[in-house]
Amino acid sequence: MRSSPSAEPSTILRFVLNGVALQESEARPTTTLLQWLRRRRHTGTKEGCAEGDCGACTVAILDPGSGRWRAINSCLVLLPMIDGCQVVTVEGLASRNGLHPAQRAMVQAQGSQCGYCTPGFVMSLFEACYRSDLDQPWKLDDQICGNLCRCTGYRPIRDALASVAGQRPDDRFRAASAPGTSGAGLRYEAGGQRFDAPTTLEGALALLRSPTVRIVAGATDLGLEITQRHAHPPHLLSLDRIAELRGVAFDGDELVLGATTALSELEDATEDTLPILHRMLRYFGSRQIKHRGTLGGNLCNASPIGDLAPVLLALDADAVLQGPQGPRTVPLSSFFVGYRTTALEPGELLAQIRLRPPPDSARLGAYKVSRRRELDISAVSAAVQIRLDDQGQVTLARLALGGVGATPLRATAAEAALLGRPWSEESVQQAAHALDQQLTPLSDPRGSSWFRHTLARNLLLGFYEETRLQPFTPLSGRHTGTLILSPGDPR
Amino acid sequence: MSAVGPALHHDAPHESAVGHVTGRARYVDDLPEPPGLLHAVLVTAPMARGRALVVDAVGAGGAEGVVAVLTAADIPGDPYIGPIVHDEPLLALDQIGYHGQPVAVVLAEGRELARRAAEQVVVRAEPLEPVLGIEQGIAAGRFHTAPHTITRGDVEAALAGAHLLITGEVQTPAQDHFYLETQCALAIPGEGGSLEIWSSTQHPTEVQRATAGALRLPQAAVSCRVPRMGGGFGGKESQATQPAVLAALGARHTGRPVKLWLDRSEDMRITGKRHPFLGRYRAGFDADGRLLGLEVQLYSDGGWTADLSGPVMDRALFHLDNAYHVPALRFSGRVVQTDLPSNTAFRGFGGPQGIYVVEDALERAASRLGLPPEAVRRRNYYGDAPRDQTPYGQRVPGPPIAAMHDRLVRTAGLSRRRGAIAAANAVSRHTKRGLGLVPVKFGISFTASLLNQAGALVLVYADGTVQLNHGGTEMGQGLHTKVRAVCADVLGVPVDTIRVMDTSTDKIPNTSATAASSGSDLNGAAVAEAARRIRERMVPIAASLLGLDEGTSPTFRGGEVYGEGRSISFAEVANACWVQQIPLSATGFYRTPGIAYDPQQGRGTPFFYFAWGIALVEVEVLGLTGEHRIQRVDILHDVGNSLIPNIDVGQIEGAFVQGVGWLTGEEVIHGDDGRCLTHGPSTYKVPSVGDVPLQMRIELLDQPAEADTIGRSKAVGEPPFVLGIAVISALRDAIGAFGEAEAEAEVELALPATPEAILRAVEAQRAR
Ligand SMILES: Cc1cc2nc3c(=O)[nH]c(=O)nc-3n(C[C@H](O)[C@H](O)[C@H](O)COP(=O)(O)OP(=O)(O)OC[C@H]3O[C@@H](n4cnc5c(N)ncnc54)[C@H](O)[C@@H]3O)c2cc1C
Ligand code: FES
Ligand code: FES
Repeated sequence: MRSSPSAEPSTILRFVLNGVALQESEARPTTTLLQWLRRRRHTGTKEGCAEGDCGACTVAILDPGSGRWRAINSCLVLLPMIDGCQVVTVEGLASRNGLHPAQRAMVQAQGSQCGYCTPGFVMSLFEACYRSDLDQPWKLDDQICGNLCRCTGYRPIRDALASVAGQRPDDRFRAASAPGTSGAGLRYEAGGQRFDAPTTLEGALALLRSPTVRIVAGATDLGLEITQRHAHPPHLLSLDRIAELRGVAFDGDELVLGATTALSELEDATEDTLPILHRMLRYFGSRQIKHRGTLGGNLCNASPIGDLAPVLLALDADAVLQGPQGPRTVPLSSFFVGYRTTALEPGELLAQIRLRPPPDSARLGAYKVSRRRELDISAVSAAVQIRLDDQGQVTLARLALGGVGATPLRATAAEAALLGRPWSEESVQQAAHALDQQLTPLSDPRGSSWFRHTLARNLLLGFYEETRLQPFTPLSGRHTGTLILSPGDPR
Repeated sequence: MSAVGPALHHDAPHESAVGHVTGRARYVDDLPEPPGLLHAVLVTAPMARGRALVVDAVGAGGAEGVVAVLTAADIPGDPYIGPIVHDEPLLALDQIGYHGQPVAVVLAEGRELARRAAEQVVVRAEPLEPVLGIEQGIAAGRFHTAPHTITRGDVEAALAGAHLLITGEVQTPAQDHFYLETQCALAIPGEGGSLEIWSSTQHPTEVQRATAGALRLPQAAVSCRVPRMGGGFGGKESQATQPAVLAALGARHTGRPVKLWLDRSEDMRITGKRHPFLGRYRAGFDADGRLLGLEVQLYSDGGWTADLSGPVMDRALFHLDNAYHVPALRFSGRVVQTDLPSNTAFRGFGGPQGIYVVEDALERAASRLGLPPEAVRRRNYYGDAPRDQTPYGQRVPGPPIAAMHDRLVRTAGLSRRRGAIAAANAVSRHTKRGLGLVPVKFGISFTASLLNQAGALVLVYADGTVQLNHGGTEMGQGLHTKVRAVCADVLGVPVDTIRVMDTSTDKIPNTSATAASSGSDLNGAAVAEAARRIRERMVPIAASLLGLDEGTSPTFRGGEVYGEGRSISFAEVANACWVQQIPLSATGFYRTPGIAYDPQQGRGTPFFYFAWGIALVEVEVLGLTGEHRIQRVDILHDVGNSLIPNIDVGQIEGAFVQGVGWLTGEEVIHGDDGRCLTHGPSTYKVPSVGDVPLQMRIELLDQPAEADTIGRSKAVGEPPFVLGIAVISALRDAIGAFGEAEAEAEVELALPATPEAILRAVEAQRAR
């Protein structure tokens, strides 16, 4: 419900906190919501890490697009990013009638011991109250995997979650709707820093001409530079309000993924249209991270361990870039040009990803192995696409990997080794051998070179096993690992 | 939520549950900031070991908002702290002891200003080659302690005569506490040079004592208060002291309130961890897997200062037997000094590290003898005399463990599941399941016997409401909930008429740390005594109000006082006491009876009693990636007559999952320069919801404690942590199934058992 693009950008931040309309014009734009809250004595919300990994700082915002409550990490959200939003913290849940169902459930289930993680969990449960799609046990895990608890061992918290998920209590939160922002966009300056949130692509491109400007999308990556490395970028440009950069839609037979589409939105949108991407998103970050993090941010940081790149590479996706000279399209395989560098020229931004969804007959796999199953960065991630002709010969082979080189990459030697061969264990073994030759992974705390080598080949072998065992790969139950080779647990 | 039913031995919500879920429960960093507050940020050492330290703070001192930059030279009193050995400089003197060691404190008008100024402080020193591991430390001859040795019988003869001799080496890993609330202290200067310190500490008296020492103040000038902690797990037993004293130093120096809060990265880089241990052992068995002799040499990595490493080693030695009778033995342990943060107390306090060694020996014996590991364990349990003597000569009265084993095996369906798993494994190429069963016997009491004391102060007001003070601190373990229930039980009042006060040294002096699982044993008993004293004074007043005959006592229950069919409210009695000038406050004190230990002889009765538990774990391993999932855990645990059963179940679940984290996903990694590389949850992975067993079945043994404990309950904080070892046993079982000939396949699995470690072990099995 943001108002028309023509209005003057606002220079003041306005948002509603626990039902109270507030304005802010002094906090620096790189102030995080968590810092702002705690400084103003809203100390119910805790800081456990300031890097998005513990969830103690979780608050909820009402997403203007969907009109749904979203749990987010307040430690990574910059204050200007909540301009025009409704924010609810743990202090805002209880009413005169008593505790909110999410709070009551935690008390009844003995979900708190030391209580320090509790406000964050309560807010994740709060979101769950108003979700109607938490219909499977693994989704319950997913809902709270962004919250760490060191005391309880989670069982009681999970019980509390199960008791409230999808209850949709008939209360003021259900009835809430997003307030309109004061103006079209935002042009906020304080403490010598600036934050722009234009509403049009032209507006963004015009601002991008300045050499000091830095694009920010969900800030789940950039926020770390601020909270962990104490950087204070002088000028940030948010793409958040540019409608045309967001969303998932078909253009003819091409699927168009807007760069600023939030990962959770992408997860929902691809469940049927692109299950392979959906499968990778299941083990991506946490609920909170996926609500803020975007597709574009995941690709533009060009991290060698970005999890979506392998999937999109295996699908032969193209990247549409927008710049002063208009749009240009590059295959994603040429988008990553080196360690943390992309083909983006100064003044350009990533606007879209376009791809043709593979035919139903194509076999696909997407895998991620990390030290911990949930909310962890990959040691290796991989995506595979195989198409066969009637004789069972491979007509198209794509194997893309993260974590094994300076950029996400296609394992071209292995692909070549498969092409034109029967889809058999022998061919796959040969491809795995070719893969070994091509990769030069490094050792770091997330895994040794040996580990990454072995994983890369084993994931290919495991993909083959999946194709052998099942006509298609279902995504349900709570499985032991990234490869679905046993029934898993439906509970 | 008035609970008028019986307060003890019944489920109850956590005393602060509503505060937790509303965000109203306050932790130190949440307290309203006093006017004039300064924020302190630490300057830390940029190398692991160095000498000729020079700190140049000229630039930082003049930076915006900076009020002072303090170094060791600014400490007016004793520059050393340390809970036992006084060997830890509060701020570096002329040497650097580890990468991250606090060197100076910057005090500024805001935390961000202080942080920026801290970056400008230049720390120079002449670097020395650091010692970063146990074996390196042994080679360099650097030790914190002399060997502590416990012997019994002729171990060499026992080993020489054994049917099977196993020589093994075990390395257990470090573990970061990862309490959700990082270290924090707020020091406020008061009248006449006094100081009030709010600290997130398990040991307020230690904070008081160390502050008095460093600032050259009488202890009476310093009070330390603890509202509650956002987790401690031992990490705030000795190591909350340094931040608290540094905040106090700042407050003393500037005359202004000072807060020192460590962010996660600072906390993880500066504070010590669970001690890594190296255990070398020789174990002799007969053909049936009965342990005949065990010789163990333990080394722990103490880090740069002694901290609590000595007692941690003692407890490791006391637990090398775990639940097993060892006929002949020689156990010896020594703490190695390294150039790393000083390792410290962590739930279990060396016990888990010691137990892991004997469990390793039993597993290997089972594998080599071709016996199921649970059968070997069953055969070695403590039993009737003479199999009831611990290595240090304390008797184990009526050990329940064999019966617990049999009960768990039955209720969890062990033999049926063994069969089903073998069948499933035979047809599954890439996923295998495994089972592991591990018992625990855990000695309860501080091993330094004098620490087993506690005090309480109960105040009853004329309206019948109660303030309860005791020396224990609340860190989530439910101590306040239990102790409040004890008080309610004795006074016969509803729990919600009792307010548990912040722990404070101005109410209870000379407290021991809340540690060693002993919090409710010690403080509960002290509270019971204080409450009893008040009740005794109220009895005659109540009796006369009720018009009872002499010799008939009234009953205190549910906020009422009953006698001869009549009742009056507790409040009326309290008011009558006031009117009749009867004092309604009392202190209580408790010391654990009959414990003593002689470390020279390695003999004594260090423990008041033992707590027992046993777990059966089932895992599934994905052989291609090394990932695993815990399918199910069944635990039977002995908590005596549980004071509050649901709190005990919560402790068991939480401890188990933390134990799993220690041995699987959590890994503290230091670079070659001694820098901590895993200083945040992005790289240090504690268990998350998906690491929890898909099924958890916890049962309490429900059998009164043999010792005269409060309510015949037993301690529960630490013992179940040990049960995490069952996951390793189950993983070894599953990994072994990837090999060809199962009986031969002894599994080598490095700890922590990360996917990488498991994958290596699987590949080794497959290569056979
Ligand atoms: C706790 C946590 C868990 C995480 N887990 C995962 C994970 O499992 N897998 C994974 O791959 N990543 C993970 N990440 C990393 C990160 O969340 C993702 O990469 C996310 O997609 C980044 O998106 P963002 O919108 O937040 O990016 P931002 O932080 O806003 O931006 C990242 C970078 O991309 C640039 N950028 C953003 N959008 C555009 C655009 N349209 N055009 C040009 N440049 C642009 C920005 O300038 C910036 O340099 C995690 C991060 C955290 C904090
Ligand atoms: S503080 Fe840990 S996720 Fe925000
Ligand atoms: S209750 Fe302590 S961290 Fe969750």
